[in-house]
Amino acid sequence: MSDTATTTGGTLAVPSAAPAETRATRLRNFWSDYRRSPVAVVSLAVIVVLLFVSFGAPLVSPQDPYDMAALDWMDAFLGPGTVGSGGYVHVLGTDNAGRDMLSAIFYGLRTSFVIGLSAGALALTIGICVGLTAAYFGGRIEALLMRIVDLQLSMPAILLALVLVAVLGQGIGQIVLALVVAQYAYFARTTHGAATVERGKDYIEAARSTPLPTRRVLFRHLLPNVMPPLIVVATVQVASAIALEATLSFLGVGLPLTEPSLGSMISNGFKYIHTDRYWLSIYPGIFLMITVVAINLVGDQVRTVLDPRRSR
Amino acid sequence: MTGALEVRGLTTRFETRAGPVTAVNDVSFSVAPGRIMGLVGESGSGKSVTGFSILGLIEEPGRVTGGSVLVEGQDLRALKPDQMRRMRGRKVSMVFQDPMMTLNPVLRVGDQMSMAVRVHEKMSKRAAWDRAREALEIVGIPAPAERLKAYPHQLSGGMRQRVAIATALLHRPAVIIADEPTTALDVSIQGQILAEVRRLADETGTAIVWVTHDLAVVSSLADDICVMYAGRIVESGTSEQVITAPRHPYTKGLIESVPSLHEPGRKLPQIPGSTPQLLNLPTGCPFRPRCPRATDICATEPPRLDTDGRHVLCHHPLETT
Amino acid sequence: MTEPLLQIDAVSKRFSRRPGLLTRGLDRLTGTDSAVTVHALTDVSLDVPRGEVMGIVGESGCGKSTLGRIVSGIYAPTDGEVKLDGKPVAQGPDGNVQKLTTRVQMIHQDPFASLNPRMKVGETIAEGPRLHGLMTGEEARQRVRQLLRQVGLEGAYANRLPHQFSGGQRQRIAIARALAMEPELLVLDEAVASLDVSIQAQVLNLFMDLRRELDLTALFISHDLSVVRHVCDRVAIMYLGRVVELATAEELYARPMHPYTEALFASVPTLGTGRAAFKPIKGEIPSPIDPPPGCAFHPRCPFAGPRCRAEVPRLKPSPQGRSVACHLHDGGTGSEETPREVAA
Repeated sequence: MSDTATTTGGTLAVPSAAPAETRATRLRNFWSDYRRSPVAVVSLAVIVVLLFVSFGAPLVSPQDPYDMAALDWMDAFLGPGTVGSGGYVHVLGTDNAGRDMLSAIFYGLRTSFVIGLSAGALALTIGICVGLTAAYFGGRIEALLMRIVDLQLSMPAILLALVLVAVLGQGIGQIVLALVVAQYAYFARTTHGAATVERGKDYIEAARSTPLPTRRVLFRHLLPNVMPPLIVVATVQVASAIALEATLSFLGVGLPLTEPSLGSMISNGFKYIHTDRYWLSIYPGIFLMITVVAINLVGDQVRTVLDPRRSR
Repeated sequence: MTGALEVRGLTTRFETRAGPVTAVNDVSFSVAPGRIMGLVGESGSGKSVTGFSILGLIEEPGRVTGGSVLVEGQDLRALKPDQMRRMRGRKVSMVFQDPMMTLNPVLRVGDQMSMAVRVHEKMSKRAAWDRAREALEIVGIPAPAERLKAYPHQLSGGMRQRVAIATALLHRPAVIIADEPTTALDVSIQGQILAEVRRLADETGTAIVWVTHDLAVVSSLADDICVMYAGRIVESGTSEQVITAPRHPYTKGLIESVPSLHEPGRKLPQIPGSTPQLLNLPTGCPFRPRCPRATDICATEPPRLDTDGRHVLCHHPLETT
Repeated sequence: MTEPLLQIDAVSKRFSRRPGLLTRGLDRLTGTDSAVTVHALTDVSLDVPRGEVMGIVGESGCGKSTLGRIVSGIYAPTDGEVKLDGKPVAQGPDGNVQKLTTRVQMIHQDPFASLNPRMKVGETIAEGPRLHGLMTGEEARQRVRQLLRQVGLEGAYANRLPHQFSGGQRQRIAIARALAMEPELLVLDEAVASLDVSIQAQVLNLFMDLRRELDLTALFISHDLSVVRHVCDRVAIMYLGRVVELATAEELYARPMHPYTEALFASVPTLGTGRAAFKPIKGEIPSPIDPPPGCAFHPRCPFAGPRCRAEVPRLKPSPQGRSVACHLHDGGTGSEETPREVAA
């Protein structure tokens, strides 16, 4: 691995007596700390597998659940392990429209990930801008922005999202928007807290007195130093965005069944929960749970590794 | 000679991720009642760890691995943890750089001081409160009865440090370890506290170990000086001996680098290089790479303590004339 | 006489914290006032001619760091102005101060806090001059290495992060960063205070060398009297937001005139003076939120008279060509007896 140290030097790369600490070595240190928790390693592996099967859904799933032509009514309500008209085993059974559950879950997971990741990324970006602006400029701007954030944090995210979806209508874009509005406040609060601490440090003062342009101070000096806590919040928020989307879909205001997400699948199967066709909602539920728990466990370990109070 | 405090061969190790580090290496000294010993060193020299080791306050991953600490003849290292707790505050106490290490921000000064009294001695609340007031008087705090009713945040930094010193004095301990207690204070306030501490040592007979990086402070306060470098005491003697006729090249370098001894604007004599990393100390004498007197033997053999009159840990000590 | 490089003209700085809406309402009900104003600087005027190193000395609350930050364009003065070569160094209100010059650069006290921990030192040094068009591309790379060597480090260190350096080395990097902007005036705020004694001498030597080589003018802010004596040409003693005495270093140290200066010198332990040869000042430093009326030093001053409690002494040039703000040297304290012979 010694070669990696010299490749990331950039324009100022010169041989030096002791190796310069590069991004690669920092990443390596991070990983050696991270893998101390076997649970977190397993969780990360689970997430990687889930990402693969969901984004690779067209390749790995036996059926395309969006293709109405491929569905056969005859296959409806087949139990797990039954061979259907397609000639393959429906490992997790089929639903009321004859969809292969496993395929639907893979596709549904993809929707969940797309929504969770894009909502998380957008909320992160907006939250960073709001939090940095508030912390850096202070005064009235800070008071105004942070009061709005506080107000939003005092409301349950689900309530806010429900109202927004009701106003905006159904669809992936609308849901992402609703989630961003409901979640950016967490990022804004975290960014603000961390940036307020960093802003008082001498390196920010040094940058300002050089003087460097405000944008550069904000994004090259302040931002990189507030990232660690944000990474932790981001993982947790992706998980909660996925759960929130599932809740909305379960309540029937999220995505239509023609675009299966885990939430709408659970909702769809819920009707049959008291019959013996338990698989319609149990399996999507299990996948949802595994996804959310795994992301949270990874987030926990990242928090532990990045904790500055931890002795290195 | 029996001192109020006798430290023999004290050694403290830290198990770090990168390997074991000997922060305090075979440190020995003794302080007689009423005397002030200045323990001088730069960052990483082990001076503070020495103070903490004496009081048994070293926490994981650190451990005192050897030596003995005798307070009035009793070995603290032989004590069980709860016996040690009873010794702390009564026979030996500590004053930290930040007085808030000892002061509880949510308790009035009088409450915490009288509590500290009653931990070790059975007496009424009122009697304990009186004792606290006396202690404040001793350290020269004006209107002590008022101050007892104040919360720590209502006091200035200098006043807080006086309260911390008064708290350390409550049980008339045989030994006080003071770790950079005036470093964070203004010079005029530092001056006041130094004068009070000197008077206290003379009047109460308490032996004081004054841990500091500031040579000027110890030269005007301490009776004796131990200079530490890389975990070892490299030179010791009376203040006058060490300051006016240093024998270790490091001590000499330290003293010479103080600007007030030179004509303004002139280049200051400087010790080259930087303080060594305890993780990879040079072989032989740890000061060798920075030393103007180093020879081949310094690289191969660790210096032995030269106890001829004064303690100097050096192969080529400077001659005193 | 040519115009001084730095002109600090009647600068005052007050920090006020306005209470929140709720507190203000409560104040109105109870008739109190929770607004807090810190008088950090009051009517400070100093001229620093080109090539001079001016020492600013004082204890906490004296305003020396605030002065440094105003000169560096980080704070805006509440009253008065700071000019470099006749042009203001900054404009705009607090919180949105626009620094107008790159010719003033600051060096902070704590080199562990003053370098961005996530930026390579080469970039830290080069980013300011790059953004201001002082150096570009390949030339910048060369210049960074040259600057590092100039402050006594290896050019190859450009690629490392700050945490790989010791305190003394970091302070050298901070100096290189300041020099990269080709400053005319350096503001050093306790620049050697957090360094070990042996490292302090190295950095002071470096500063004195650079000053000669680059013909620098500097504001050297410090609480350490012996360091200031060693590197400064003139020294201003500050107490609670005001300059109380101003003189050449030589004269000031030989014969302090203000009772505070004298007491400060007496309370500093120096090497070799022997046990307890120093005499501490009595009393505490008053709070800059509520400074005493009249002369701020009068509660601690052994010579204070009625006039000192009522009237603020102004910094006036004495007959000996020095400036001191004390009634003792300006018509007496109003006390019946004159407790001390005023030097002629």
